[in-house]
Amino acid sequence: MDYTLLFIQTLNGVQLGLLLFLVASGLTLVFGILDFVNLAHGSIYMVGAFICASLTFITGNFLIAVLISLPIIGLVGYLIERLVARTLYSRNHLDHVLGTFGLILVLDTSVHLIWGPAGFAVPLPEWLDGRVELFEGVVVPTFRLLIIGVGLAVAAGLYWLVNFTKLGMLIRAGASNRTMVSALGIDISTLFALVFALGAMLAGLAGMLISPITEASISMGGEIIITAFVVIIVGGIGSMKGAFVAAIVIGLIDTLGRSFLDDLFKLFMSPQAAETSAPAVSAMLIYIIMAVILAFRPQGLFPPRVR
Amino acid sequence: MKRTTWVTVFVMLALAILPPVFLWTGNAFYVDLATRLVILAIAAVSLNLILGFGGMVSFGHAAYIGIGAYAVGIPVYYETYGGIDALASYGGAFHILLAVGVSALFALLTGVICLRTKGVYFIMITMAFGQMIYYLFISMEEFGGDDGLVIDIRSELPLVSLDNPLQLYAIAYIALVIAMLMVRTIVNSRFGMVLQGARGNDERLVTLGYNTYLYRLTAYVISGAMCGFAGALLGNFTTFISPDMMGWSRSGELMFMVILGGSATTLGPVLGSAVFILMEEVLSSITIYWHLPFGLMLMGIVLFVRGGLMGLIKGKGDK
Amino acid sequence: MKRLITAALAATMLTAPSFAAEVKIGFVTTLTTGAAVIGNDMQKAVDLAIEHMGGKMGDLDVNLIYADDGFKPETGKQATDKLVKQDNVDFVTGFIWSHVLLASRKSALDAGKFLISTNAGPSPVAGKLCHKNFFSTSWQNDQTPMAMGEVLNQKGVKSLYIMAPNYAAGKNMVAGVERTFKGEILGRDLTKWGADAQLDFSAELAKAKASGAEGIFVFYPGKAGGAFIKQYQQAGLRDIMPLYTVFTVDGLSLPKLQAANFEAVLGSETTGHWAPSMDNPQNKRFVADFKAKHGTYPSNYAAQSYDAMFLIKSAVEAVGGDLSDMDAVRAALHAANYDSVRGAYTYGANNMPVQNFYLLEIVKDADGIWTKKVTATVFENHVDTYAADCSMN
Repeated sequence: MDYTLLFIQTLNGVQLGLLLFLVASGLTLVFGILDFVNLAHGSIYMVGAFICASLTFITGNFLIAVLISLPIIGLVGYLIERLVARTLYSRNHLDHVLGTFGLILVLDTSVHLIWGPAGFAVPLPEWLDGRVELFEGVVVPTFRLLIIGVGLAVAAGLYWLVNFTKLGMLIRAGASNRTMVSALGIDISTLFALVFALGAMLAGLAGMLISPITEASISMGGEIIITAFVVIIVGGIGSMKGAFVAAIVIGLIDTLGRSFLDDLFKLFMSPQAAETSAPAVSAMLIYIIMAVILAFRPQGLFPPRVR
Repeated sequence: MKRTTWVTVFVMLALAILPPVFLWTGNAFYVDLATRLVILAIAAVSLNLILGFGGMVSFGHAAYIGIGAYAVGIPVYYETYGGIDALASYGGAFHILLAVGVSALFALLTGVICLRTKGVYFIMITMAFGQMIYYLFISMEEFGGDDGLVIDIRSELPLVSLDNPLQLYAIAYIALVIAMLMVRTIVNSRFGMVLQGARGNDERLVTLGYNTYLYRLTAYVISGAMCGFAGALLGNFTTFISPDMMGWSRSGELMFMVILGGSATTLGPVLGSAVFILMEEVLSSITIYWHLPFGLMLMGIVLFVRGGLMGLIKGKGDK
Repeated sequence: MKRLITAALAATMLTAPSFAAEVKIGFVTTLTTGAAVIGNDMQKAVDLAIEHMGGKMGDLDVNLIYADDGFKPETGKQATDKLVKQDNVDFVTGFIWSHVLLASRKSALDAGKFLISTNAGPSPVAGKLCHKNFFSTSWQNDQTPMAMGEVLNQKGVKSLYIMAPNYAAGKNMVAGVERTFKGEILGRDLTKWGADAQLDFSAELAKAKASGAEGIFVFYPGKAGGAFIKQYQQAGLRDIMPLYTVFTVDGLSLPKLQAANFEAVLGSETTGHWAPSMDNPQNKRFVADFKAKHGTYPSNYAAQSYDAMFLIKSAVEAVGGDLSDMDAVRAALHAANYDSVRGAYTYGANNMPVQNFYLLEIVKDADGIWTKKVTATVFENHVDTYAADCSMN
């Protein structure tokens, strides 16, 4: 076993996991507090990437573009809440799924209309585009380290927000008892809109961070949304801790599966069959894990206490 | 008769009469469209049994379409190119048995786990099982993996030839009528009463001594088997079978057909698939950006039309 | 009601004569999803070709119908069915993706139509599934990577790491380079393709680096190509593991890469049957007018689609507009008697082009725009490997 490779792949897995966490945290926030299933969360992630890509070309600096894009994507989230999500709160989950399924089509096609189908390669500032040698033989792209840093910082920030702030207290209270919060004289509808906007900002941030690696492209939302749902279901809906743990675990499984599964398969099947089936099996792995976890813990790993 | 009954008779008659007319007037493509519509309607009817009447929101129902289609494709593939002899066959009866049997088995195995969960966890775990089988077929290199499987030969049935578009349509149409009657019979039976009762108030039925879990599981298996049959028809219709048939967005489309037409009604799923397929066809021939109006329509219906098209037809007074 | 029917009948009668005086061409390509960027480029080239012809092939008006395959084999097959059954086209052409072509070919060929691929060239259609009515204006998938394998031998590359998407063409490309490359293959990754394709290659690039191969060969068409190049540069592999690509750095990804200033691609090499720099009158006119109209160089997808229109035109003119004579149309297509932007080529027994393959380099043109330039000829009049399996019926 090549330990350097194993270490690098673990780091790659953690990076993917933290990116997933950014998407999943917004989803679990909206889901846990508003009890709203938002399939279009992935499309918000995509819209964030496109806004940021455009602004990168206008401002000439990726980081400035991210800072400007964040409030914009928050506003997009706020508008979606006002126009679509709000009406659906009182409905069942089925209506949420179908309504936001329609929203995906609308957002994806709008992006196609506005920005064209090509997508954008997003340039990074020179100092982010290089590599860092962590120690002998382990060289990683600087930007991937930045994603890890941002992911951890957001996780810490969310932990603080939910557990130690007044907003967090209201959020927790709003989740378990809406009428009580209203009785306290808090405008619950504004609170919900803010939570939704925060969720959109988290998804948008993830989209902005991935676009210098992959590209901002139309189908990127559909690529991540299902995995993000798996993360929050495995973690337990509404649980920030659960989303974090599940995201890291799933990021690691996916990356390590892609790197080592074909070698494993070659032990008992032809190399060619191993190479073609390994990627699909590693994609399947996360769903198998989800099924196993739900079979034993139907509420996920960290079910919220009050529901 | 009630207004809904009239509409049901009218729609089913139209579906019986129009395709031959299309064929005779030289519009063979519309026969294809009608066939696709009717086959998907069978799948929607099967989903309606658990989603509408049983309150089980399955977000992975397309998996059964895929299983059914591959139950045709794999035996034909083996018969044509050699391989596992036990599975090699062109026989329609074998294909259908395999499609229904494997679908029922898959529904049983996954249902045992899925039905332990509730609400949104149920939606998501059914989706997870759907994705699992989706990736399973992608990994099966022999059957084309991601590229799908092209079959040159359709299931052989006595008396009819599925290569004839009208006969294929007739089979699909009869199957749809039988499926609708089956669901109706099940729903009106004591079994169906318990199933529907459990949707509204599970605890009361449990107190009354019913094992609602078993009732749900049975309905889940029946629904999966029916949908597998629809898949076998779809495989015969397209003669091209790919994992795409069972992706999560396909499951979403099936759900939407049920809701669009009106869940927990006999005609609803059929009407829903008809409107869905026709809108898709019309809009996509107008503009390549057709997903935009289509998405807006989906949202509009979910937001403003409660009870689907059947709800509109029923009106207020007629219950 | 009666009046309506009369009107409809009258309308049919009126349109009937013009119906006879046109050639109907169905063009199946990708117009939605991110892959639409390829379809749009093809569409631009086809429209330009029709414009260059003055909207006519011989005496016939050109009636062109575009259909979207949505990047899915099933949708592509449905689109083909509709073109054949409803629109009753004379030629079905287009097809970017090998799996879409494989799913759709039967619909077109069973209906007795001519099928002309302007890009996809999966091995079955050149070999076992070859058909007298199927033609290509591109290549068989294996050929371009075979040329690359030959180039690698000439350069003395001893070991290689290979990456490609896991679908029909990806597997063909891998088979192609492995057929001619004489060195050692140190690793191979086939990644998820389709609507939810994998675009983050961190794990694979780390494996490639750890393998210690002297070079890396990739095939990533469309948006995946740009994504790969960027990650390759970010991972710092440029200095230790040179990049050899086919259909990855092209007229579509270059403008994006240039906008983002990814200089790593400059000087990198690829192989192909065509480049914008080729010196023949047809190509010069095509490239100049395409650039004038759309501001970018045409991609090879565009070039192949442009050629397909002129190939059809040559056949229509050869039979004097009588498309009912299928044998004559077929013979005229097989003759390839038209000015191709790649220069003259012939058709082999399996109706695949027998043509040259060149080594291409990514360079800056006189205006500083990044493009491809021919630097050497790798294969002359190359016949694809699967031609031997084809017994034409």
